[in-house]
Formats: sequence, structure tokens, C-alpha cells
Amino acid sequence: MLEFRPLPASGARRRTHPSTNPSPRLTSIAVPPRILTASAEPAAPLPDRFQTWFAARGWSPRAHQLALLEKAREGRSALLIAPTGAGKTLAGFLPTLVELSSPSPLVGEGRGGGWPRAALPADDKHKIISTGRAVQRSGGLHTLYISPLKALAVDIARNLERPIAEMGLPIKVETRTGDTPVSRRQRQRRYPPDILLTTPEQLALLLSSDDAPFLFSSLKRVVLDELHALVTSKRGDLLSLGLARLWRLAPEMRMIGLSATVAEPDSLARFLMPQPAGKAASAADIVMAGGAAAPIVEMLDTSERLPWAGHTARHALAEVYELIKANKTTLVFVNTRSQAEMLFQDLWRMNDDGLAIALHHGSLDVAQRRKVEDAMSAGKLRGVVCTSSLDLGVDWGDVDLVINIGAPKGCSRLMQRIGRANHRLDEASRAVLVPANRFEVLECRSAIDAIAENAQDTPPLRIGALDVLAQHVLGCACGEPFLSGELYDEVRTAAPYADLSRQDFDDVVDFVATGGYALKTYERFARIKQDKQGRWRVANPKVRQSYRLNVGTIVEEPMLKVRLVRSRSTGQGKAGGSTGAIARGGRVLGEIEEYFIEGLSPGDTFVFGGEVVRYEALAEDQVYVSRAHDADPKVPSYMGGKFPLSTYLAERVRRLLDDKRAWGALPEQVRDWLSLQKDVSRVPAVRELLVETFPRGNKHYLICYPFEGRLAHQTLGMLLTRRLERARARPLGFVANEYAVAIWGLGDASFMIRNGQLDLNALFDPDMLGDDLEAWLAESALMKRMFRNCALISGLIERRFTDEDKSRRQVLFSTDLVYDVLRKHQADHMLLRAARADAATGLLDLRRLGDMLARIHGHITHRELDHVSPLAVPVMLEIGRESVYGEAADELLAEAADELVKEAMS
Amino acid sequence: MNPWGATPAKSSSPALTEQAAISITSTRTLDVAGASFHADLSGALFWDEQRLLVVSDLHLEKGSSFAARGVLLPPYDTVATLSRLAAVIARHDPRIVIALGDSFHDRSAHERLSIEDRDAMTSLQSGRDWIWISGNHDPALPRDLGGTVADEVAIGPIIFRHEPTGACGEIAGHLHPKARVTARGRSMERRCFASDGMRAVMPAFGAYAGGLSIRDAAFAKVFGERHFTAHLLGDNRVHAIAASRCC
Repeated sequence: MLEFRPLPASGARRRTHPSTNPSPRLTSIAVPPRILTASAEPAAPLPDRFQTWFAARGWSPRAHQLALLEKAREGRSALLIAPTGAGKTLAGFLPTLVELSSPSPLVGEGRGGGWPRAALPADDKHKIISTGRAVQRSGGLHTLYISPLKALAVDIARNLERPIAEMGLPIKVETRTGDTPVSRRQRQRRYPPDILLTTPEQLALLLSSDDAPFLFSSLKRVVLDELHALVTSKRGDLLSLGLARLWRLAPEMRMIGLSATVAEPDSLARFLMPQPAGKAASAADIVMAGGAAAPIVEMLDTSERLPWAGHTARHALAEVYELIKANKTTLVFVNTRSQAEMLFQDLWRMNDDGLAIALHHGSLDVAQRRKVEDAMSAGKLRGVVCTSSLDLGVDWGDVDLVINIGAPKGCSRLMQRIGRANHRLDEASRAVLVPANRFEVLECRSAIDAIAENAQDTPPLRIGALDVLAQHVLGCACGEPFLSGELYDEVRTAAPYADLSRQDFDDVVDFVATGGYALKTYERFARIKQDKQGRWRVANPKVRQSYRLNVGTIVEEPMLKVRLVRSRSTGQGKAGGSTGAIARGGRVLGEIEEYFIEGLSPGDTFVFGGEVVRYEALAEDQVYVSRAHDADPKVPSYMGGKFPLSTYLAERVRRLLDDKRAWGALPEQVRDWLSLQKDVSRVPAVRELLVETFPRGNKHYLICYPFEGRLAHQTLGMLLTRRLERARARPLGFVANEYAVAIWGLGDASFMIRNGQLDLNALFDPDMLGDDLEAWLAESALMKRMFRNCALISGLIERRFTDEDKSRRQVLFSTDLVYDVLRKHQADHMLLRAARADAATGLLDLRRLGDMLARIHGHITHRELDHVSPLAVPVMLEIGRESVYGEAADELLAEAADELVKEAMS
Repeated sequence: MNPWGATPAKSSSPALTEQAAISITSTRTLDVAGASFHADLSGALFWDEQRLLVVSDLHLEKGSSFAARGVLLPPYDTVATLSRLAAVIARHDPRIVIALGDSFHDRSAHERLSIEDRDAMTSLQSGRDWIWISGNHDPALPRDLGGTVADEVAIGPIIFRHEPTGACGEIAGHLHPKARVTARGRSMERRCFASDGMRAVMPAFGAYAGGLSIRDAAFAKVFGERHFTAHLLGDNRVHAIAASRCC
């Protein structure tokens, strides 16, 4: 094994230390010089066989690839931060390939093709490749590779095949995903391959088996791919707990993390190392790949009139089309599925040249998505309209341009999207940003500047969620019995759980055992029990079975299948009624979120799967739609996509607004708009909160501009409305977008402020996050959704059932009811705490709201106006367009009732 | 004067929805076969003339029933349901209480009642007649629960039974009606009474009792081709909305 020459064990090892730098900026640095030298000289630590193989392809190993090899030789864990196209995956596997290579002659020479982009025949695409099946190793599992996408795992297996075959390496590679047949899974546990490629969920499953100690004791290395994407969700929490277990089972194990550029590499590096209890944080070494060409990012300077509001960028459609036409392959990113649908429609309407343009988003049928992906890698497509469904993953074809429609939302995300264009490191990626309205111009400008400075705004490392911990604890009890104290120590080696209190841990164990209720009535129904030595184990095999079926942290929105049927409205006079005669069956177009359908009435039209369809009926989990011929569908209200404007980009937008000299870089239309705002009202300063009040129609409006993203604004709007109601300003409703909140009502806010009846500093006091928030959370539909997710992940209720339990579906209950009861009777229950923690960073964005309220405290400027200001127009135009998560149930119901009265009287 | 007879205030203006409006409109008149009931915001039905209160589908001990099968729902549903029942009883002080079936979630649920819950139930029963109608979840109720056990009860033009048959004058439960209303892109779902004036299906009263959409075929079996109204339980009032307007 040790066939390569040892390097001088010299030099300042690049150690990292806990991040003390609050700035989200990061300047790219080159790989430590020692390593760069190593690659330039013939003393490269690559075995001859590898050198020959590289040379035969006319390649030379990259500096960061060799650097990782060196880290591995030193027995150190490492985090590689590199842009797309830097050969990250090869770098991650090179140490393993070298370690597993044994001196045998080269075979299989002369089979052309490159690596890692092996072009295999299309019919091999879905085959799971296992190399060297005949090889029997006594070493056991050597390397575990974990990626967020199972497609990626399969793709990597395919790409590893070639160098292993061509160098004749005696290495067995296998994948293990949800699709792997049971027989193969069992074999893998008995006769593990050298390299196993899998997902966080599969790792959790493997760890919950009795033979986990056998399987993993030989493990030398774990490679985590797309780590930046993994750590931002509860999947990252689950993975971190899995790693904590592995560190105990396989003390020799070292880590390699592969990541795109992030704001805080130090925190990612900590994720890769077991955290010592009560001591300073431990972190993996960081290797930065340098040398990526700076991307060329421009903003579309439209010759059309820039819209005031909206997110579709329809004004620039012709220009977008021309860009697609002028390039070989263009990826057109949009922020929401409905935008993708609409843009795709519009592009086809003007597609006189018959360009091959396709659509790709997460709720399209899988088969259809695969078709698009295959056409893409075969170079058959000129353009693909897509959502974040293409943010990650497999590398396709030669994309030479990325167009981002609408708000970039965050610069790191945008950078990763741009990286999809041109996967060759030394060539610049090209991208065009197309703002859909005037505010988005500011956002695009700020994002371009941020990219030029190589600033990053990825979120900080998560604090491990308690519901995920509960799932893990149950998983542990499914394997070897555990002692609470030992598991507590183990869990805290995972970076996200390093600060977990013993109380929280014990509450979680109590929850897993008997539900964690103050009322101890479920002892006899315990799912895990302690033996005489105090070791916890599952109470019965059914619990284990249920765990296996329900592992994972991805809670999907309840989805409904969309089927295309013939319209019945032509046959029968009346539309409506969900049980009318509708032809069942029909072609499946894809899946759609249940909540979206709930907002529709039969007869409403929307765009789905690239077609305008009419909602006909809902029966069980199937939505029946017919083809509609409306040119102007009732497109779903803008839900804004999953991600709000990042804090960092928001701050840049505020700075841009405040810096009048920087306005020169903005299009003339936008400059004029801002200048007018300056004249009639005020352009807010960086720290300041501008509040405008004015009358319009028979209502009074209050607009504020916090620039904290849609989620925080929605929460703010909800809380302000409550407070205004108490202040007798008689608010009627509100609307929020990424930049502003508009509230309207019957009370004259201008007058009230002037007369001291309404104190703005009191209105925006951070104490709104106290009682007002509590009262609102009691009914908030969003909060209930978060609770449901926690209940599912923690294993309180099951998502998937064994066949014999399928009938249980019939008697499912609503988690909303459970939420109401639990909240009233045990408000500090672990699950409610978990849901609250989610609310802080998730859909309610409470943490950000809190930061904002603190920032603007004492910095509120009020302008009393006669009419709407230029800055207020965009958010005013959202009124009636965007659905608001309001809680005024009675008003809505009364309105529905009134409609009927009107109908009856006419 | 009967304070419950007032029609609910129609305006949605917050200025008019102060205390008075709320107390007046927390029930709504619901006529069945000529008898006049109040649809209580809690989901109970009160018959003034008879001082009779009906609640349906309490599903007591549903939490522990799930727990026995490994789903450890919070064990507070019985106390939650009984305290809501206590509140509605205190509000109307009925002479008779009818529990319209499925009062207990399973056949042995009554054995799992805590001592405190059983005491609470006994004190609710004292000073009034209590009738347990048996339902499909609790077909064989024991005698020691207090009150009388019956399959159905007829009073004047009204017949109370668990499963609706669609008969005239019938008040039943079993189906757990709920209705969804959409307006301005928002949508809301609530428990409701379903009635066409000649018969009614009551909402489930139990804390963990889910619902079935009134657009489900089961309701067509009860009401046939006739139009019926959903009386939705809002936050502070009961709203009557034609079933065809709901989804």
C-alpha cells in the first residue's frame, strides 16, 4: 500500500480555528504553497500507475487533488472548497484509490474517454455498477461516500468505474440507495464493497442494524459531497449524528468534505471533526482550490419599460429568447415552479425558430424530468427553463449561458447557479441576470457587486434539531442497546449538537420511550425500554420496522397527483361539486402541493406541466384537470419560492439605496424612480426604518421598508396588524414582499401618529416577539405545518406504514388537533420546542425579525404623505395578488356568506 | 326575550365586533323539522324548549387508543374534550344531555379513563339526565358509566341516532362534517353542522376527532339531491354557508 514516497513531514500545517470573523465575506486564497510546489515537481506523491494513467490522458493532477492526497497521508481530515468544475470528486476519491491500489500491472488500456465525465452508452445509464465483483478483500468497507442526491451517487459510481478499470485497480464499488434491491443490500452488509456510495438516510439505516459495528469497524474514510447543501437542513443534522456514531465505531476514520464556496468555511470544517466535550472546537484542515476564472455576470439592460411589480419578467421575454438563440445551450433559472411554467409557455409562444426548449422542475413527473436530463446531456437542447431542481447535482452537457430571471435572493446561491454554465475551471462562466421589477434591479446590482468581491452569504451552521435527534435515538435503540450517558457524550461530538444540554437529551429519550408527557400514563406502551443495566433497547420488533420505514428528515408537502381528463363542463351545465361525473384515469402530468389546490375552486385555470389546465375535481389524492384554452390562466399567486432575500444581500441593497453616488450604475428608469422618491418622501438610510403613511381610496395605508425578506415580513405584518388593532387603528389587512410591508385600515394612521395616539417606536418595539407572538402562534397555520413536520421526523406519527397497517390510514388524525391540545396542556413539550426552533429560522424567520427590530430601534423615520410614494408602488401592487396567511377567519367566512347574500339579492 | 334569537351581525368591521356582538353571535339558530336549536360555537346543539344539549363523537381516550398501537399521541384529549363539554354545559345548564355515539374511541376506552376524568364526568352528569347513544366505536357501553344507554332517542319530531339515515327529523353524528371555504386565494377549513332544515349531521366534539368534507359522497347519501347548509364553527361565530359554496 505504501508505495508512494513519503513527503518531508515539514511545514506549518494549515490549522483552522473557530470563526471569529463576523463578516460574511471571504477572499479566495490559494492552496498552501507547499502543496502547490508538490504538484509542480516530479516528486508528486502519486503512484506510478496513477501518473501513467493521468499522463496517458494528457492530464496532470491539480494542486488541490494532490493536497487532499497529502492530507490523507498525514492522517488528517480535510475540507476541500472548490468551485464547480475543479475536479472535486476525483480529489475526494484519489486518496482512497491510491490506498486501495496494489502493485499489479495495468490492464484495460486504450479505452478512450475522460474522467470524471465518462460518456457511457445511454442504456447503461440506470444500471448500478459494481466493479470487480470477483475481488475478495479482507479489508472490509474502506470508504463511504455520501451525497445529497441518489442520482449523484449512481453517477459517481459510473464515473469511478473507468479509472478503476483502466488502471486495473482491485477495488469494488457499489451504490446503496432507496432503489437498491433487498438482496443486494443484505449482501452488502455481509460482504461490503471497498467503496460504498450512499445517502444520509441509508447511512442512518445501516447504523441502526445490529451488525453496524462489524460493517463499519474497518472504515477508513468518509467522503461528503456537496457538503454546503447538506448542512443547511435537518438532513445535515441526521448526517452529523451518523458521523458521531461512525467516529465511535471506526476511530481510524478520516473525513473529506467537498463543498462549494461558503461564507464560513470554518464551521463546515468543524462539521467534519468529532467535537471534544468542553474544549475548544476541533476542525478539519481546509484546502482551497484557487484559479477559477471569475464569472462574467451582467444585468440585462432592457430596452423595455421596467415593471413596478411582479416577478415574471414578461417585459424582457423577447430579449431572453434572443439570448437563447444566440447561445448553444442556456439554462434559464426562475425562483418558483409557477414562474417556470409560465415562462416556458411564453417562450414557446414566440418560438418561431422551433428551438428545442424544455422545462424542468421538482413537481414534474420523474420520467419526464429524466427525459429532459438525458436530452440535455446529449446536447440536444438549446434551453431549459428550470427551478432550484437543477441547482445541484449531475453535470450535464455544455451549458454556455445561465440566465437568472427575477431576484437572485442570495449571492452564494446565485454563484452556484452560475457555476452550472461551463464546467471547465479555467474558462469563465457567463450569466445574465434579468430583474423582473425595479426593486429586483437593485438586488441584481448588489448581487453582481457581491460576486465581483467574491462575497458569500451561505447561512451559518445549524443548531441540531431535537426532532432529528429523537429519530436518531430510536435508530440507536434499534441497533445495539445503549446507555443514556454514553449516547449523550457521543451525540455531542457532532458539531450541530456540541452544545446540547443534558436536559434536552433526556427529554428526547423520554419522548422516544413514552412520548415525554408530564402525565405518565404510557409506561406500558413504551417504544424503548431499559434493561437491568440501564441500557435502552427497542421494546418490540414492530418499533424497529416502523423506524426503518420512516427514517429520514425530508417531509414532503402533501402532494396530489394531477391527471388530465376530458372536461365535463361542456357536457353538464354546472361546474363545481367534487363528486360529479368525471372520467377517472387519465394521463398523469405530475404532482402538485395540496395547499395549492385547496386555494382553487373548480373551473379555475392554472399552468401545469407546460399546459393551461382547468381544475375539475379532487378525488382522494388525485386532482383531475382538463385542457383549457384560456390564453390567460389564473396563475397561482406568487408564493415567492422557498428562499427569502439573504440578510447579506438585503444589507447591500440598503447600502446601495443610501449611496447616491452608486446610483450611477443603475438603469436610468431606476435612477429616476429613486430620485423621485427622494423628492416626495425619503430614501431610507442603511440603519433606518422608513415608515410612510397616506390615505388612498377610503382607506389609510402604512408602509414600512425593513428589507428583511418575505418570511420575516409576513410575520412582522401579522404582528403589526394585531398591535394596530389594539391601538384602535382598525387594520383590515396587510401584504408583504421581500422589501416592504403594507398595512391598510380604516383608522387614519397619519393623524394618529401626529397626535401621539400611535407611537411608532412602541409599535415596532421588539417586545412584539413576546405575548403578541405567542397569541398568534396559537393559531398560525404556518406554525401548525412546522409542528406537523416535527411530529413526522421525530417519529411521533408515521408517514409510511407496513402493509398490514395500511388500513390505519383510514383513521388518521389531524396533527393540527394534536398541536392545539398539546399546546394547551404541556406547552414546554419537546416537540413544541422543536417546532419553535424551526420557526426561528424557517418559515417565520423570527430570528431575523428580532435582529431587524433591534437594528431599527430608535431609528424610525416617519413621512406623512398625501398619496402613495414611488417606493411604495411595488408593494401596493401586490395587494390582492399575493395570498396572505391571515388569521381573520371570521372575516373571511363572513365575506363568503355576504357574497351569497349579494347573489341572492341581485 | 330570547337573547339567542338575534340574527348575527353581518358587518365584518372590527368596530362592530366588540364583546356584545360576540356573545350574541356565538350560537346560531338551526331549525330541524320545525324544532328550533342553537348551533353552539363549540359544536354542540342546544334545544331551548327541551333544555336539551346534544354533543356527538366525543371519541374519549382516542390518544391512549393510538398509544396502545405505538403512536404516542399526547394523553390530554379526554381532559380537553371534557373541559370543553363542561364549559358548554355551564353555558346552557341543560336538563338533558345526549352524547350521540362514539363517545368512547374503542370498546375498552372507558376502562382507561383516569380517575380524575371519570370524576369530572360524574359531576357533569349530576342533576341532569344523561343519555349515551351507542355508536360504531362504542356499541356495547357498560352500565356503570352513569346515565342511560340507548340506540336512539325520539323526542317530539326529532330522532337522535348515531349514524345518519337521511330520515326526516333526524339528528345524527358519525360523519364528522367539516367544510372548506376559499376566498381571495385563501382557504380555510372548519368543523360544521350540515343541515337542510329537516335533518342535521353534527360535527365531532372530541379533541382528536378529525373531519370528513361535506362534499364527500357520504353526505349526498344523507341529503340526496337537496341543497343543504354548512354551519361552520368560526373563531367567534357560527357561519351559515351553502354547501355548494364550500369545497
